Amino acid sequence: MADEVILLDFWASMFGIRVRIALAEKGVKYEYKEQDLFNKSPLLLRMNPVHKKIPVLIHNGKSVCESSIIVQYIDEVWKDKAPLLPYDPYQRAQARFWVDFIDKKMYDTSRKTWATKGEEQEAAKKEFIEVLKTLGGELGDKPFFGGDNFGYVDLCLIPYYCWFYSYETFGKFSVEAECPKFIAWVTRCLQRETVAKALPDEKKVFEFVSVLREKIRVE
Amino acid sequence: MAEEVKLYGTWVSPFSRRIELALKLKGVPFEYMEEDLSNKSPELLKYNPVHKKIPVLVHNGKPIAESLVILEYIDETWKNNPILPQDPYQRAMVRFWAKFIDEKILATGWKANFGEGKEREVAIEEFAEQMKFLENELNGKDFFEGETIGFLDIVANLIAFWFPVRQDALGIEAFTQEKFPVLFKWIANITKIDLVNECRPPREKHLAFVKARIEGLQSAPK
Repeated sequence: MADEVILLDFWASMFGIRVRIALAEKGVKYEYKEQDLFNKSPLLLRMNPVHKKIPVLIHNGKSVCESSIIVQYIDEVWKDKAPLLPYDPYQRAQARFWVDFIDKKMYDTSRKTWATKGEEQEAAKKEFIEVLKTLGGELGDKPFFGGDNFGYVDLCLIPYYCWFYSYETFGKFSVEAECPKFIAWVTRCLQRETVAKALPDEKKVFEFVSVLREKIRVE
Repeated sequence: MAEEVKLYGTWVSPFSRRIELALKLKGVPFEYMEEDLSNKSPELLKYNPVHKKIPVLVHNGKPIAESLVILEYIDETWKNNPILPQDPYQRAMVRFWAKFIDEKILATGWKANFGEGKEREVAIEEFAEQMKFLENELNGKDFFEGETIGFLDIVANLIAFWFPVRQDALGIEAFTQEKFPVLFKWIANITKIDLVNECRPPREKHLAFVKARIEGLQSAPK
């Protein structure tokens, strides 16, 4: 029986992009269904009644929610190709730890770089740079967080990159100036076709963020 | 080579006690190091420099932090008495609900207990809703994953034992048998397991601790 795989997603979501990269790495055919987050569809509400959020993976009618959980699910189901998590339990634990760190620290801090102003924004910028530096410390001299190969941590972090232009423009700072090693890692990731194809254009994201800022009345 | 397993935790933390429970369910001998969180040991700071928190598991000198990450590590390293299911979809489900407990229910519960005004009102409603979602997962089973205790029961220990103590200390009744009969039946099931009872703080001591903490919170300058 052929697999039926559907992804409920929003084009600019860094969480949705993780799932798109994972599916592409595994060569899984799926149907992409763009969601309107300001007018949520009955399908989304039915498939994710608890959080009502994207991304949601629907595999043969059963829904899996939360991007890091979806990526691990994809890795376990389509296990014969392109392993995303390491084999060794200790390395796996380290990978999960760092994705947990990213999930706890990146979103709220990065959001404040464009959604706030004044002192709150300045504090958010500093914190965001600190988060990137901590991640840079973990990366060290390795080409990828996964070592020689692109893996779970790289996959979960790289989608934020298409939002950097927005953070830098509204926050008035440069990631490259503050964390050049980090940008070197970004360049390596972008050389991967699955990543390059999954990331939307940063200028389009910027337009979207500009609209969001107006909606929440930042100025 | 002999295995060396150390757990850094505190007697009253549901996050460190869940690790103890997992290790005991698997019969893994370990050395327990009680931390004083107001005076963290150099070892804790060395083993968890990013968050500086307990629990930390140190296995043959290598540290792992974050309780849900540690639980999965334990299951993958000591394969007897598995605590996570084998099937990928079931694994995704238990991971989802564990995250929901640790990230949503915990935060909402806090606001419902200690928040003020409108924020508190909203949180009280959300808490009831979130607990119902969790309760529905039991769906007629004795434990979250079926007939034996597993990952999600271990994580949900927090709700079984820590929530009622805090409620008692505050004199509120948001989490009752009347409102959540299925969850209370599950609590009765896990309370029958000796190891579960070994891995939670003694009730009177726990209650006294929480009461003292609440007094401290309420008298602190706003």
